[in-house]
Amino acid sequence: MLSAALALTLLALVFGLLLGYSSIRFKVEGDPVVDQIDDLLPQTQCGQCGYPGCRPYAEAIASGEADINRCPPGGEQVIQSLADLLGREPKPLDPERGEEKPPMVAFIDESDCIGCTLCIKACPVDAILGAPKQMHTVIAEECTGCELCVEPCPVDVISMVPVEEDITHWKWPLPKTENGDSP
Amino acid sequence: MEVAVTQNGKRRFAMKLWSFHGGVELPGHKQESTIRPVEPAPLPKRLILPLSQHLGAPAEPVVAVGDKVLKGQIIARPGGFVSAPLHASSSGTVVAIDEHAVPHPSGLSAPCITIETDGRDLWVEREQQTDYRQLEPADIRETIRQAGIVGLGGAGFPAFIKLNPGKTIKTLILNGAECEPYITCDDMLMREQADEILRGLLIIRRAVQAQHCLIAIEDNKPEAAHSLQKALQRIESDADNIEIVMIPARYPAGGEKQLIKVVTGQEVPSGGLPVQIGVVCHNVATAAAVYRAVEHGEPLLSRIVTITGGAVAEPRNLEALIGTPVMELLSACRTNFNVLQEVIMGGPMMGIALANHKVPLIKTGNCLLTVSHGEMEQHPAVQPCIRCGNCADACPVSLLPQQMYWHARAKDFDKIQEYDLFDCIECGCCAYVCPSNIPLVHYYRFAKSEIRSQQEQKRKADIARERHERREQRLAREKAERATRHARKKPGTTDENKRAAIQAAVERAKAGKQGAPSDDV
Repeated sequence: MLSAALALTLLALVFGLLLGYSSIRFKVEGDPVVDQIDDLLPQTQCGQCGYPGCRPYAEAIASGEADINRCPPGGEQVIQSLADLLGREPKPLDPERGEEKPPMVAFIDESDCIGCTLCIKACPVDAILGAPKQMHTVIAEECTGCELCVEPCPVDVISMVPVEEDITHWKWPLPKTENGDSP
Repeated sequence: MEVAVTQNGKRRFAMKLWSFHGGVELPGHKQESTIRPVEPAPLPKRLILPLSQHLGAPAEPVVAVGDKVLKGQIIARPGGFVSAPLHASSSGTVVAIDEHAVPHPSGLSAPCITIETDGRDLWVEREQQTDYRQLEPADIRETIRQAGIVGLGGAGFPAFIKLNPGKTIKTLILNGAECEPYITCDDMLMREQADEILRGLLIIRRAVQAQHCLIAIEDNKPEAAHSLQKALQRIESDADNIEIVMIPARYPAGGEKQLIKVVTGQEVPSGGLPVQIGVVCHNVATAAAVYRAVEHGEPLLSRIVTITGGAVAEPRNLEALIGTPVMELLSACRTNFNVLQEVIMGGPMMGIALANHKVPLIKTGNCLLTVSHGEMEQHPAVQPCIRCGNCADACPVSLLPQQMYWHARAKDFDKIQEYDLFDCIECGCCAYVCPSNIPLVHYYRFAKSEIRSQQEQKRKADIARERHERREQRLAREKAERATRHARKKPGTTDENKRAAIQAAVERAKAGKQGAPSDDV
């Protein structure tokens, strides 16, 4: 009886020490799941999901606070890959969050820009170039199409234009199947 | 298979050949366009030169609208390392630098430089003729780069890069297989300009320091082989270690990796390059262009192109300037536009249908294949896959076309890559043998372009993430800096300081009151 109690206590101590040691020795900084989720998000930083950026949304998904269907720029594809990663059922995009749109970039009508810098402050990826009382312009290559600059503009000269399909970004369409429709 | 090889007129023991997996035997349709000699195409009124005629970054224009240019003058410089410059194919005036229809499966436009020719065809001053033997390999590569030479076999990879192996090259192969039906431009080049090809080969051999050279020709081109053998005898002193190899005609024997397998027995690793196994492969037309660039200072301005097919009354090969509108080439061969249904640039297996006839001939355009109404069953009805496995038997890369088809259809792009999608050379053998007429290659092209697009999106997302993080850091830093500045400027924010300040003010007021009466007097 005593020996059994002693043996169990000893075992508990040994394993406790082992666990305690390994939790220090193999400590993981940050949450790897958050990184994996963040990696799948489109990084538009648009905040349409209700969180201030893609990483906060990734953290919310990881903690179970937010659902996986709140990212309109990522659309169906991101929902599918999130579902695959987290082993959940994919579900349709939450209509309250907006709808999936073709890729867009912001465009500033430079002739009417008053140089107020409000859009520069709103841009989450520093893709707008300009200075106070100087004309501003969008670096189209860096623009994520988040639309956050549109609303702050006091003179309404920022519009979202669809990204034009050019020869380098053209994609082969999916062929028609035997039934005559796309699979 | 044992094939006798001659060199310097002497019979040597037969060289061993290997065979590649799969492939198909196709009707050649090559006689039609080889009965007439190669002739220069008429000088067009306008030359349209796309800035991207090669793999890699597009060229950047160095001329402006209104500039007068001479034949051979550089009009666009390379836009990166993997890129090629562009030269005016004839003398004239630059009339436009804008978007123009180009030969591309999308039918979309791309930036082009348009030159209105003056009909005089005046050359820019060319560099003195040099003896390649006195040139260092690096100089040869630079000359070839400046001449804008790209692989003329089809892919259009800038040629100088393949001449910079950084590794010992055991075998240099000149590809004269020309395995695709209807195309005969390399055949005619070998028949008529064998000396130029051989001289180009000697230059390339010096550039890559190759130990052994092979010229591979399909056995359905005996005239070409004969002509090259004659030429080989003429350069006797240099002809050591150069062999002409006849290979069995089987599509796609001219595919780079298939050809290497046939003549050396070695396989290029999946996703790898021939240079990894000590082999460099160039097209015969590329060799001829190298000769002209190095020994005559002529950049790549023209190429031989086959104009053939059901709607052409005089199928033949023309030596045409790069940038010549397809329309003019078709007219020069008396094409019957009433029966013309479609024009394909390239061959029937790998070519692309042209959206219109205004598009120009580009450096990689080896053939214009016309299709007349009713000549080809245009879109045979697609039937469900019956899993017969013919496609896997025909695949020259030993892939599993059927599996890739299912995964492409299901848009399962991770799975399809596990089946080595990117090793597919899009030769079309699988679709050719498919009894259900499934456009298999089209599915692989769809999957490839989707995967590339996703990778591009991922790259852009990573940049956006980094920019966002940097911005957050900057904002945090600025906030902290503002706070410290604020604290330094107004030292009276702590309670103690405040009390001291109030005390000081009270004392000042008292002192003021005491001194006030004297002021009043």
